[in-house]
Amino acid sequence: MANSVQELIASRASKELEDGQVINLGIGIPTLVAKYVHTSNIFFHTENGMLGVDDVNEEDIDPNLVNAGKIPVGETRGASFFNSADSFGMIRGGHVDVAILGVLQVDESARIANWAVPGKNIIGVGGAMDLLVGAKKVIVTMTHISKDGKSKILKDCTYPITSTRSVDTIITELAVFKYINGQLHLVELMPDITLEQVIANTEAHFVNSL
Amino acid sequence: MKIYESAREALSCLESGQTVMVGGFGLVGGPLTLIDTLVELDVTDLTIISNNLGEKGEGLGKLLNQKKVKKAIGSYFTGNRDVGEAYQRGELEIELLPQGTLAESIRAGGAGIGGYYTKTSVGTDLAEGKETKVIKGEEYVFEEALTADVAIIRAHMADKLGNLIYYKTARNFNPLMATAAKTVIVEVDKIVEVGELNSDVIVTPHLFIDRIILAKKILTQEGVVEHG
Repeated sequence: MANSVQELIASRASKELEDGQVINLGIGIPTLVAKYVHTSNIFFHTENGMLGVDDVNEEDIDPNLVNAGKIPVGETRGASFFNSADSFGMIRGGHVDVAILGVLQVDESARIANWAVPGKNIIGVGGAMDLLVGAKKVIVTMTHISKDGKSKILKDCTYPITSTRSVDTIITELAVFKYINGQLHLVELMPDITLEQVIANTEAHFVNSL
Repeated sequence: MKIYESAREALSCLESGQTVMVGGFGLVGGPLTLIDTLVELDVTDLTIISNNLGEKGEGLGKLLNQKKVKKAIGSYFTGNRDVGEAYQRGELEIELLPQGTLAESIRAGGAGIGGYYTKTSVGTDLAEGKETKVIKGEEYVFEEALTADVAIIRAHMADKLGNLIYYKTARNFNPLMATAAKTVIVEVDKIVEVGELNSDVIVTPHLFIDRIILAKKILTQEGVVEHG
């Protein structure tokens, strides 16, 4: 179950979305973003071959209608289904407006690591690399600090990077950062958070643009 | 194109050492009847091209545990812990591809294309050892197309010619794999007379399909069950 920190991050991420956009949501916190979107004019895309993902009630669950996290979903009016090559053609061809992704680490140049951990078997990548390369805008939703208390916003990622592309926006439970002209800018503090808390928990250098 | 009574007969063409494409995204859209029969056959050293390798002890996971899989080519094996363990023990080769590359490589294989350049994975560990090329100022990595000896896939309905339609997100890799193997075997929920499928909604034209069986296993909310 999602906790209040995850809900806070998801709710803030939803404010980045604009009417008419096509959005791809990753697994974890990104999935929660959909419930904070209150317009029918935003279209959710999922890698396994669907545009027009919607919530589903327990009694309407169809085992053959799932999202990329293999979670049952519903379909909106005007939804469509397509094969995996067409689905990734949409992503890689630059037709998806925004990807919202979970990450393990992000570095000073807004490059992310979210697919492999050193010392563990590297046996899964899914659509992460495709989304990084193809989405017009990439928003990262993440907790600011790892379970062992270390900053996840680092000078350099210590885990293998997912792409050489820099993400556009980073949203944590402490702050919002934007990557502008090759620098990470702190643009917003989350409610009841101080600048000192953000500085203390962020290893990467950033420009204070509050 | 021929309609077969049993999955075992339909799979009779399969031999040890061959490359097999298996449709589905996890269990959704997977040819569950054909997979369960494949597990019973005396064929080994298979190369499996599939997004996942089943779940722990389920579907293609059974085939892995029987040590019949020599190599797996796919994008996401993390869901089945046995895959990592077999890989660690040196019993299984893995070729990990970004999911979009997996799909596009199968599409290319089916369309007679030898390979193509993509920006996906450039500068990452997955591009190591692969040729790169700068096109219009941007770096791309070369990916070879994928083809197979046999594809086993799932569709919703077939007519007696082999034209196919699919159901919701059970489509995924199935129409691509239908184009990319020498022998394509499909299991379907229903076989109808020629002319009963609207020509405008047929997704896979019959020329791609070699063998059809009726599905005996279907995915329900309670898991995989026998039917019919």
